[in-house]
Amino acid sequence: MRGLWKLTLMEAKLFLREPFAAFFTLAFPLMMLFIFGSIYGNEPTPFFNGRGSVDVSVPRYMAMIIASVGMLSIAITLSVYRERGVLRRYRATPLRPQTILTATVLVNFAMTSLGIVLLVIAAKIIYNLHFDGNPLAVLAGFVLACLSFFSLGFIIAGLAPTARVAQVVGMVIFYPMLFLSGAGFPREAFPETIRSLSKFLPLTHVVTLLEGLWFGDLWGSHLTEVVVLGGMLIAGVIVATRTFRWE
Amino acid sequence: MAPAITVENLRKVYGDLVAVDSVAFEVHEGEIFGMVGPNGAGKTTTIECIEGLRRPDGGNAQVLGMNPQRDGYELREHIGVQLQEATLPDRIKVWEALDLFAAFYRKSVDWHPLLEQLGLAEKHNASFGKLSGGQKQRLFIALALLNDPELIFLDELTTGLDPQARRAMWDLVRNIRQQGKTVFLTTHFMEEAERLCDRVAIIDHGKIVALDTPENLINSLGAENRVVFSLTGRLDEELLRAIPDVTRVEQVGERVVVYGQGDGLVSGVVNALGAGSVRFRDLHTEQPTLEDVFLALTGREMRD
Repeated sequence: MRGLWKLTLMEAKLFLREPFAAFFTLAFPLMMLFIFGSIYGNEPTPFFNGRGSVDVSVPRYMAMIIASVGMLSIAITLSVYRERGVLRRYRATPLRPQTILTATVLVNFAMTSLGIVLLVIAAKIIYNLHFDGNPLAVLAGFVLACLSFFSLGFIIAGLAPTARVAQVVGMVIFYPMLFLSGAGFPREAFPETIRSLSKFLPLTHVVTLLEGLWFGDLWGSHLTEVVVLGGMLIAGVIVATRTFRWE
Repeated sequence: MAPAITVENLRKVYGDLVAVDSVAFEVHEGEIFGMVGPNGAGKTTTIECIEGLRRPDGGNAQVLGMNPQRDGYELREHIGVQLQEATLPDRIKVWEALDLFAAFYRKSVDWHPLLEQLGLAEKHNASFGKLSGGQKQRLFIALALLNDPELIFLDELTTGLDPQARRAMWDLVRNIRQQGKTVFLTTHFMEEAERLCDRVAIIDHGKIVALDTPENLINSLGAENRVVFSLTGRLDEELLRAIPDVTRVEQVGERVVVYGQGDGLVSGVVNALGAGSVRFRDLHTEQPTLEDVFLALTGREMRD
């Protein structure tokens, strides 16, 4: 247990020292908030079905943070650790692989949460963010989304032969999905073709689930999203445990 | 006293390549045991099978009374490992690495004195990525000593280090042995094995071709000592051939090599040269080394 705790703490420090990861998780969502907040404000508008731009964007940016942590941060860190021999060094100690995986999940969950807390606080103070949902329901949706997207990161790290490949694959999936799912760009502006394509992207389901819960939907009305994300999680755990390699 | 390591018939195959072939040896408690051979001879595969990091295709290894495959996690509580190809995250600091790895063991020593011992005290707040090769190696030794292991493995410890850092590393290893620990090391530097190890196994193409103390290995060759000098005048070779210890004399240009055995070789040569008023310079002796042993056993030079 002491090993798990120390490893989690150390990985958290390393995460914050890594400019790329820290920027995308903590700073970039705030930048998006300030840029679009300063343009559109948070007044109710028919474009967003009578809601404010910031109110709608915050749960979507949450989805963006979750996806970037899972598909970029986890996939890249794990594959780099493997390629450079960090995992080899760990393996020469009594440390168990499940401890490394648990620490990775814990630290990335903590960093995602930190990014989201910063985002919500800033939106509340500056743009008077509205929240109509049940906090526990949103928290549960957030956990499910995190775990399913983290597992995607483990799959990429497990299947990619090199760190370079993991990085490219992560980015190639992440960036188009960021814009086509509605996480980084308002989906109300999508033409019909993009909208139908969007339905097949895993991140779209995170956006739909978190946005719905944020505005007071019940879990029961989002069974599709829950099934898709739950399925991804199960597949991810199976693939991740089978493809985990020390070197 | 039970041996620290017993290896019987160890075998590891990668595709068509037999990397380790019927390797067997024992490592005694408290000794520095070296496995030497060229790159690709099977040293790292052997050491990693013994550490439990690789699964052998055949044979047995018993390490501190444990089976490295079955009891791998328990074994690693008791051994220290320095790997040939391993690294740490660039941004981890020296003290953080020690603090982190100490937490991986049930029992660990205070790492502050280790920093002093290994000359890393000034670097305790430096990032791993900013350390020199020698400093990284010393940090890895510190990590390998954190659990106060009875047995420590050092795989190609001094590869990539300059001669000065290499010598400092040898002192460190002798120091570790002095604390009563057993050391198993691999190297492709024959000189390192000769200076550092109590016993040496020479491995080539996955097989152990010789195993003994460096002294016995060299003596077993029956190789001759050489006295080498350069002429500044003229030499009648018969003068040297008349010395009882001399077996043959070679002269190429002004360079003369006198081969022979016995303790009187050097004084015999010098006296004869003096008596014959032969003018010479740069006289020195060359003893056979492990390098010569390797050459004699395999018919090949060691290559880096």
